[in-house]
Amino acid sequence: MNDIWTYLHYPFAQHALIAATLVALVSGLIAPFVAARDMAFAVHGSAELAFPTAVAGLLLFDDALTGALLGSVLVAIAIALLGSRRGDGNTAIGVILAFGLGLGVFLLSFYHGYASQATNILFGSIVAVTGRDLAVLGVVAAVVSLLVLVVYRPLFFSSVDPEVAEARGVPVRILGLLFVLMLTVTVTEVAQVVGTLLVLSLAITPAAAARCWTAAPLLVTGLSVLFALLAADGGFLLSLAFVDSGVKASVFITFISFGLYVVARVAAVVRRV
Amino acid sequence: MSQRPAIQLDHAALRRGDRLLWRDLTLDIEAGEFVAILGPNGAGKSTLLKVLLGLLPLSEGHALVAGKAPRRGSAEVGYVPQQKGFDTDLGARGRDLVTLGVDGHRFGPLGAAGRAARVEAAITAVGAKAYADRPIGRLSGGEQQRLRIAQALVGDPSVLLCDEPLLSLDLNHQRGVVELLDRRRREAGTAVLMVTHEINPVLPYVNRVIYLVDGRVAVGKPDEVLTSARLSSLYGTRVDVLRVRDRIVVLGAETEPHHDHDHFHDSDAGEWHAQ
Ligand SMILES: Nc1ncnc2c1ncn2[C@@H]1O[C@H](COP(=O)(O)OP(=O)(O)OP(=O)(O)O)[C@@H](O)[C@H]1O
Ligand SMILES: [Mg+2]
Repeated sequence: MNDIWTYLHYPFAQHALIAATLVALVSGLIAPFVAARDMAFAVHGSAELAFPTAVAGLLLFDDALTGALLGSVLVAIAIALLGSRRGDGNTAIGVILAFGLGLGVFLLSFYHGYASQATNILFGSIVAVTGRDLAVLGVVAAVVSLLVLVVYRPLFFSSVDPEVAEARGVPVRILGLLFVLMLTVTVTEVAQVVGTLLVLSLAITPAAAARCWTAAPLLVTGLSVLFALLAADGGFLLSLAFVDSGVKASVFITFISFGLYVVARVAAVVRRV
Repeated sequence: MSQRPAIQLDHAALRRGDRLLWRDLTLDIEAGEFVAILGPNGAGKSTLLKVLLGLLPLSEGHALVAGKAPRRGSAEVGYVPQQKGFDTDLGARGRDLVTLGVDGHRFGPLGAAGRAARVEAAITAVGAKAYADRPIGRLSGGEQQRLRIAQALVGDPSVLLCDEPLLSLDLNHQRGVVELLDRRRREAGTAVLMVTHEINPVLPYVNRVIYLVDGRVAVGKPDEVLTSARLSSLYGTRVDVLRVRDRIVVLGAETEPHHDHDHFHDSDAGEWHAQ
């Protein structure tokens, strides 16, 4: 056991903790919509597609995040065009995903910088978060949170009851597009912290756990944010405590997230008997 | 209630692609009237509701709903869509579905004033109080249907459009839903337009029927339209309408090539299930 407090005096640890908190906030906010729209695969797809775009960013601007963020907009448009809800375009997402990963590996063969830059994309590198990364993350978190606040009700309407929402005049298609955009940008940011391979642990699992506890939408959202915060911050702090083991923070994050889900499922079963 | 008709259709026609769904549909539906829309699968029943919802334009003719051209999002219209069911763990309760009927279309963080009381009243009116706080996906089809009707009525519309609200309900629940709609139109003067494959549960209540078959249209009182002569000319083949006690059985209504999920036209005869 190491003294967590000692580490928290270092800027790298402070940056990481702020990054974990911001990422947990946005992913916890949008996770209930991902669950309601049954878009887990779109999350997974856009997370993995952050890999080729990040490599492209490394090649073009020597910066993975810029590439991934720009790429996420392209990915959002592609997913939205292929059908943005109810797992509509799952097959098509799979096709794009397969090609995208191949493209990523292909691009990687042209990249002669630090290989860790590229693997960081896959598994996350919370301790490598820079002040500039934090600024970008802060802006993304603020914009996404604000948007969720404004569109919450019509987005929820069009997620759970699209036919009636459309008849009631809700711009269902535009909201679907906006949501995919918020989703892919968020996912790209989350990927920074937990890696593209582990994004679902913050963008789905918290909502899945929350839905076991309650069916009240606002409570689901609140719990989802809470669980995401517990997983992200708790995971990072644990990684400090066990820093000698060399286990990455993203591993602890996924473990805590899954643990919260298991507890929720068990509690749901117990309450029902 | 104003004296203008709730719905006016004047020589309305609709094409999808190069197919004519129906034409020459002319009728006025008065406030408080209960009208059933009948016809085989693919006849354009749901599409007619979509026109009245302002989701599709007519190909010919004119339509007015509450005196105005159909407009998406009109507060005058309540809509109960063709049943789909909800995910078991959707993260929404029956109450939330009804609440969306009040202000689900509104942007911004603030809900409509007096929302909770209106939702409560609508839930009570459809008798869904006992299960309104349970997850919507875990309710039975009949319970979901009552909450959908509450959602459609909570905005206090003058026209209610229901697409097969009796689908997959047992006889008891069918009667419950029809009585609910009947009470509403009597007490509040709401015009009710209901697509159904089950004629018998609604027969005692409806004022008129709209019968759509392969581009042709028959409109009138149930006794006038549901006759062997009328349906034979509508289908262009021999159709027998039998009255067994207080039920109607339609035999021989062979339909045009239609969808697979046909659930009442039996392979040989195409009869109304006299459940
Ligand atoms: N966008 C479209 N383009 C072309 N044809 C369409 C379109 N949408 C619907 N149709 C066709 O219009 C016809 C009428 O469809 P509609 O859903 O109104 O039938 P319905 O009477 O409600 O049938 P059901 O009893 O099966 O619900 C169908 O044959 C359908 O294939
Ligand atoms: Mg239909």
